[in-house]
Amino acid sequence: MKKPEELLAANETRSVNPKVFTMWLFIVSIVMLFAAFTSAYLVRKAEGNWVEFELPNLFYYSTVVLLGSSASMHFAYLAAKKDQFNALRLSISITFVLGLIFLIMQFYGWIQLVDENVFFVGNPSGSFVYVLSGLHGLHLISGLIVLLVALVAAFRLKINAKALTQIKICTTYWHFLDALWVYLFLFLVFNN
Amino acid sequence: MSTATTHAEEVHAHAHDHEHEHHEPNFIQKYIFSEDHKTIAKQYLIMGILWAFVGGSLSIIFRLQLGFPEMQLEWLRPILGEWIDESGKLDKEFYLALVTMHGTIMVFFVLTAGLSGTFSNFLIPLQIGARDMASGFINMLSFWFFFLSSAVMFSSLFLETGPASGGWVIYPPLSALPQAMPGSGLGMTLWLTSMALFIVSSLMGGINYICTIINLRTRGMTFTKMPLTIWSFFFTAILGLLSFPVLLSAALLLIFDRSFGTSFYLSEIYIQGQALPNMGGSPILYQHLFWFLGHPEVYIVLLPALGMTSEIIATNARKPIFGYRAMIGSMMGITLLAFIVWAHHMFVTGMNPFLGSVFMFLTLIIAVPSAVKAFNYITTLWKGNLIFTPAMLFSIGLVSLFISGGVTGIILGNSALDINLHDTYFVVAHFHLVMGSASFFGLMAGVYHWFPKMFGRMMNKTLGYIHFWATFVGVYCVFFPMHYTGIAGFPRRYYSFTALGNGRMEAFTDLNAFISIAAILTFSAQAIFFFNFFYSIFKGKKASQNPWNSTTLEWTTPVEVGHGNWPGEIPAVYRWPYDYSKPGAESDFIPQNVPYSATPESNLPEENEEIANEKAIESLLAAQNESYNR
Ligand code: HEM
Ligand SMILES: [Cu+2]
Repeated sequence: MKKPEELLAANETRSVNPKVFTMWLFIVSIVMLFAAFTSAYLVRKAEGNWVEFELPNLFYYSTVVLLGSSASMHFAYLAAKKDQFNALRLSISITFVLGLIFLIMQFYGWIQLVDENVFFVGNPSGSFVYVLSGLHGLHLISGLIVLLVALVAAFRLKINAKALTQIKICTTYWHFLDALWVYLFLFLVFNN
Repeated sequence: MSTATTHAEEVHAHAHDHEHEHHEPNFIQKYIFSEDHKTIAKQYLIMGILWAFVGGSLSIIFRLQLGFPEMQLEWLRPILGEWIDESGKLDKEFYLALVTMHGTIMVFFVLTAGLSGTFSNFLIPLQIGARDMASGFINMLSFWFFFLSSAVMFSSLFLETGPASGGWVIYPPLSALPQAMPGSGLGMTLWLTSMALFIVSSLMGGINYICTIINLRTRGMTFTKMPLTIWSFFFTAILGLLSFPVLLSAALLLIFDRSFGTSFYLSEIYIQGQALPNMGGSPILYQHLFWFLGHPEVYIVLLPALGMTSEIIATNARKPIFGYRAMIGSMMGITLLAFIVWAHHMFVTGMNPFLGSVFMFLTLIIAVPSAVKAFNYITTLWKGNLIFTPAMLFSIGLVSLFISGGVTGIILGNSALDINLHDTYFVVAHFHLVMGSASFFGLMAGVYHWFPKMFGRMMNKTLGYIHFWATFVGVYCVFFPMHYTGIAGFPRRYYSFTALGNGRMEAFTDLNAFISIAAILTFSAQAIFFFNFFYSIFKGKKASQNPWNSTTLEWTTPVEVGHGNWPGEIPAVYRWPYDYSKPGAESDFIPQNVPYSATPESNLPEENEEIANEKAIESLLAAQNESYNR
């Protein structure tokens, strides 16, 4: 006969945290959304009549900023695990500020595009860049909201080594948004 | 059941401390903004039924035009107003609006929300042994997004320029240019808004279904002990999760084209001699994106019906389902294949013939899992002790429709044949049999079967039989002749045919009239159901706890299921859900929560070995209760 714990592990009828799992499923749906856009991009590009242009160089820098924010997010998680509340609040705040800076840089990236005469309305090659970066930006705003909620929770000491679910969800989402941008950016760099 | 009642006392406390406080929910919390999966399911069902009558009436109006092109429709003016023109005929633009709204309503609002929304919500927690969905709040939001989406779509019916009219697939450029037709104006904007809300609703629902099935099964309910219903809801939710976001992106790009002037789908176009500024778009791109959802969507509509009827057929044939694992495997196969066959809707878009044959090959492979399912149904029925409840009749009806509609799918799947048949009534016949009618029959089977669990009362059987036979004969009379008109070349979505082919089409006037009369009769027969349903909610015969002698967990709950589903402990599960007519057993069914140790007379050798695990399964109880208090 198996020991109950083993059976629980073997059965897994309820071993994953439903909230974290819901987060993952939500991420899957976002992945499909962007997978559709990038496949549409490829299909459309294959048809020709495709105007080429330089991606704004600000996008390179903003990518670095976003990667930095992921690092600080990771520190926030580590801090929560060790009950270091000040470090936790500080790291979340830094992540938030870096996220904001990223958004502002993206916006200036758009201005660079306009200076290059690449507009939202025009050849789809340009429109796609706006759509991809814009929708990613929208999702990033939702990520900032999640961060704010986590920050409030951190101040109320609701996040600690025994209650990690919230920070786990927050961290996962933020890393995902980061990875999503890196994917979109590399995609644009190689397919432009 | 014995385990459930012995602990009843102590558990009562348990059931309660997970409901935050002791207060009773007030009317609004109980019936309107309810987080209880059973209430949400009923909300979906009632919305679905109402939508079905709206969608059905629209089809009757356009069938009048098709069957009786000369008919005076002046008498419809009180309802349709200006949509009846001066000569007393149906407005031509409005005809297009009617087919569009009929398709949209039936596919999304009735057979997706009304079917999946109702039964996934209702049955998942009850059959896997959970107190509720993983997130009651998201579940409630999901319904209210659907409600909003419905309200927007419904209001578009009353626009002066009419609702969206470009077909349920809303292909650009027709849908992208407001000046292309009246329905492409505000009507299309509302269509897109409504569908965006609908997608959000479906995603929230689907995420919840998947999460619940994976995380909240009761102790002992391993994946291979889940009823096929749950498996089908699971695959349906996966299909939705992966394909609805793609529709959202297609719709977003369309919105940008319509409202901001981008050129994703629009290229060099002249409207009334005026060149539009759009350059370099591709309308085919839209079709790819749309059908990447569109094909999985047809299975989103069908799979729940297949799952529920498997359950109903096994119960009422008093036989284990034939090929339980093969059923799961074929549903998995269908789910996977559903994502790689979308271009069979696009054979005539000028696609590379080589690519066409790849998609043809993939499409025809679907026939294999579909046939496995059909054979398994038939072998389950074979030599069973059939009990013909209305639910059983509708389930057998589904099997029949699934086969006769599926066969024409194989014809359409051949690109060489499809080039002739595409966009004719042959396609209309195909999908109305295999998707429309089959899923509708699944929906009806589900309602008749689970009505006692939903409302604690029985539906009237005799009315059920009349409803079944009228509907069964009816749908065949309506859709079967369409194969002939289709082969003869009648295109779909045409207002009238008299001018086609130098009057050759007039040879089919009688047949078209016949179809229309059959449609009107079949539609009228649904009034029997309507009456039976609402009457039985209040006045039906009181149901017993397990009226169909079924094995699954939902029938272990009390007749009037309360919040949290089981007043005592949630029962544990020890066996698969299809122990019907087991040799040696005392009764002809053994519920899932009866341990093998209680049935030594009927156990197979390998089942005797499982007795050793029973203690371990029961000992998971504490952990299970714990998880509800987190
Ligand atoms: C053996 C399996 C099947 C095959 C090979 C098949 C094949 C096809 C093909 C090739 C078409 C395109 C016809 C055309 O537009 O020219 C089509 C249309 C359609 N099929 Fe099937 N089908 C199968 C089963 C199903 C099932 C199970 C459903 C639904 C539950 C379904 C629903 C539809 C719908 C809704 C359309 C028409 C969509 C539209 O144009 O509005 N099919 N099918
Ligand atoms: Cu298809």
